[in-house]
Amino acid sequence: MLQIDLWKRVLIWGVVALGLVLALPNAFYTRVEVHNDAMAAIELGADTPENQEKSAAWPTFLPSRLVNLGLDLRGGAHLLAEVKVADVYQTRLESFWPEVRDALRPERATVGTIRLQPSPPDELRVRISQPEGMTRAVELVRGLARPVVTLTGAGATDLDVRADGSDIVVTLSEAEKAATDERTMRQSLEIIRRRIDEVGTREPTIQRQGFDRILIQVPGIGSAAELKEIIGTTAQLTFQPVVGRAADAGAPAGAGNEVLPSLDEEGVFYILEQAPVVTGEDLVDAQPSFDQNGRPAVNFRFNPSGGRKFGDYTAENIGNPFAIVLDDEVISAPVIQSHIPGGSGIITGNFTVEESTNLAILLRAGALPAGLEFLEERTIGPELGQDSIDAGKVATLVAFVAVLVYMALSYGLFGLFANVALILNIALLFGMLSLIGATLTLPGIAGIVLTVGMAVDANVLVFERIREELKTAKGPARAIELGYEKALSAIVDANITTFITATILFVMGSGPVRGFAITLGLGILTSVFTAIFVTRLLIVIWFERRRPKTIEV
Amino acid sequence: MRLKLVPDETNFDFFGRPKLWLGISVFLILLSFGSFLIQGLNYGIDFRGGTTIRTESAQPVDVGAYRDALNALELGDVLISEVFDPTFGPDQNVAMVRIQAQEGEEAVTPELITAAQAALATVAPDIQFVSVESVGPKVSGELIRTAALAVALAIGAVLVYIWLRFEWQFALGAVVALVHDVVLTIGIFSELQIRFDLAIIAALLTIVGYSLNDTVVVFDRVRENLIRYKSRPLKEVLNLSINETLSRTFMTSVTTLLALIALFVLGGDVIRGFVFAMIWGVVVGTYSSIFVASTFLLWLGVKRDWTTTGDGGAGTQFADVDA
Repeated sequence: MLQIDLWKRVLIWGVVALGLVLALPNAFYTRVEVHNDAMAAIELGADTPENQEKSAAWPTFLPSRLVNLGLDLRGGAHLLAEVKVADVYQTRLESFWPEVRDALRPERATVGTIRLQPSPPDELRVRISQPEGMTRAVELVRGLARPVVTLTGAGATDLDVRADGSDIVVTLSEAEKAATDERTMRQSLEIIRRRIDEVGTREPTIQRQGFDRILIQVPGIGSAAELKEIIGTTAQLTFQPVVGRAADAGAPAGAGNEVLPSLDEEGVFYILEQAPVVTGEDLVDAQPSFDQNGRPAVNFRFNPSGGRKFGDYTAENIGNPFAIVLDDEVISAPVIQSHIPGGSGIITGNFTVEESTNLAILLRAGALPAGLEFLEERTIGPELGQDSIDAGKVATLVAFVAVLVYMALSYGLFGLFANVALILNIALLFGMLSLIGATLTLPGIAGIVLTVGMAVDANVLVFERIREELKTAKGPARAIELGYEKALSAIVDANITTFITATILFVMGSGPVRGFAITLGLGILTSVFTAIFVTRLLIVIWFERRRPKTIEV
Repeated sequence: MRLKLVPDETNFDFFGRPKLWLGISVFLILLSFGSFLIQGLNYGIDFRGGTTIRTESAQPVDVGAYRDALNALELGDVLISEVFDPTFGPDQNVAMVRIQAQEGEEAVTPELITAAQAALATVAPDIQFVSVESVGPKVSGELIRTAALAVALAIGAVLVYIWLRFEWQFALGAVVALVHDVVLTIGIFSELQIRFDLAIIAALLTIVGYSLNDTVVVFDRVRENLIRYKSRPLKEVLNLSINETLSRTFMTSVTTLLALIALFVLGGDVIRGFVFAMIWGVVVGTYSSIFVASTFLLWLGVKRDWTTTGDGGAGTQFADVDA
């Protein structure tokens, strides 16, 4: 009567063995971590004997994936940033002004003089002196609009142009705004990811959340402020023609020019043409290096179009100074000595080695397209994390032992079977957490504790049922079989309802809630598996060997 | 000899004093509502916005000196409390400083944190800021909305599931029990002014899951007994079902409580509020699955003939797992 096919037995033991192997690295956490770090370093080219030795600490044929420890356990920084996507509209419209000017210039006879007007950030206002020519002017500017490539906005163009008295008002169309927002978000994510990667910390989480937010979690970093410094620096690099020098920031600059301070010379200001020759967006590489005097400097290289612009400009302006501007400060304003073809150059300034390295990183990672506003920041110190881990470990261990003892006392031999299954259950849970790279948080530990409770419940349901069936005395084998059969619907219903709540928690929740939902949800899967299959298999094997006439549950 | 908390055969009359149990529940629910209305919840920064700084120092915490240092900064409402925990070391003196969200600020203000830390460092030079958390008002409002939505969704989803698997009367009974548990848990958080933050929402939803687990097991047995004893009155069937599942109910509650109590005592102060909510939930959830859910089922009455597949087959059509 009590039979389980051989292939099923093999499958069950197979799953258990797989789970144990996957969970194994977590038992040697530090050692595996050292191994993983060394392997990563070797992959990046740091193939030193030291790293080789470290990587040998854990055999490569064994799995090496670990459960990620959450920030609350490891310490680290958490930031939730909102990308101010609307910032980009202004830049887009500003860059459009030269085009408008060039398009209207040939039509001076009908539109008169063309002047840029001050306007709110999301529109471009151009005044023409002969409003009679407005129809023609609007037509011309409209002609500059380009189609937007989106999935939904087929046929839409990127600009809305209208006349307002003697002003032509240009705004971005809704379709273009949506497309721009999407681009801005992707770019911001990419740039933040690159900047954090450059610092080389372990397992950062960088995720888009909702429409315009980015969640950044970096374990092991000292504080959220430090993290903000890494990602928040804009590093907007431009090369601008120099008009002159001035002694104060209020110096008259003239139309189309701006006054910017010098980075290292106190009280020196430069008057620059606003439109840059080349911007940092054309950069393809930047490396820290040293100039001919042995001082720290940064080497850079442009892409072909940037290189051509840079080459043409230097050829035409030999003997004139031009300014290298970083984040609205003039790093240096060297005089162009000769034509610089090939699109590479060097930035020198009063840098320390560290500064030049940081500058190279910032340049390489590019500028953030829009400003960030930080909505949430959390720093958890490593000591607090360690305290939490220690407390969590002790508590889990005590909880575990208490449950094991209680089960053994209540159900005797069957309780021992349940205990074996419970231990395997926790191992399986850790195996699965490692496999999917889930993060273990403090509430996650609570989730594991609850899993212990739930796992026991499935066994309790079965055992209680077997007890009941024994009373109607159909023989032990039949009682066991009926016990499992009849308890199944209660186990399934109870666990599915809990699983539903875990899923909702996972989808809706963030941070600690999500960490809890993961362990609870996976714990339900593993506990149903161990309760229905593993304990049953253990009981069947025992029953086959002993063939008891009576059983006591 | 086996350890048995509940004898093998029990024959308690769970519905003998319905007014008493109902009275207790209604009283506690009113108390919860009253407490919630009068003093409200002690929202953590997750839901209120602001900054909490956890400090640690070898010197004993002098709350008054901390307060004086921070008052000079004019930060508005500042809450300072010393934290005691048996797991702390001898020279570990921990305090929590909570600073309200600043007027007119949508985001986090880093200057404020730096200023507050500097001020505290003048009082206790060796002070360490083991955790600093800041939530802007923009996010905190959203967090509370999502949290409420999550709880509502979870309850709605299980309502549908039980309705499909059982009958609508069961679903309603289970959901009334759930709402009962959630209200009582919010009530005790309000009454004891325990900090209510995101993790507590996780606890609330676990309570939903756990209480449901209990209720479903009882209901499952009710359904089985309804088919077996077609002519016995509903009240007797319910009573029998609860008695039959009583030893399981206790066994599971005790193991879960054992684990939770270990976590409560030894798990450190950071998650104590969270674990407390779960312990309370297990106790209340066990109570409600017996006294609230089943009483409701008794009131609503339930279709007795489960074998026909005619007009009333809706409740059993998805339920053939246990055939």
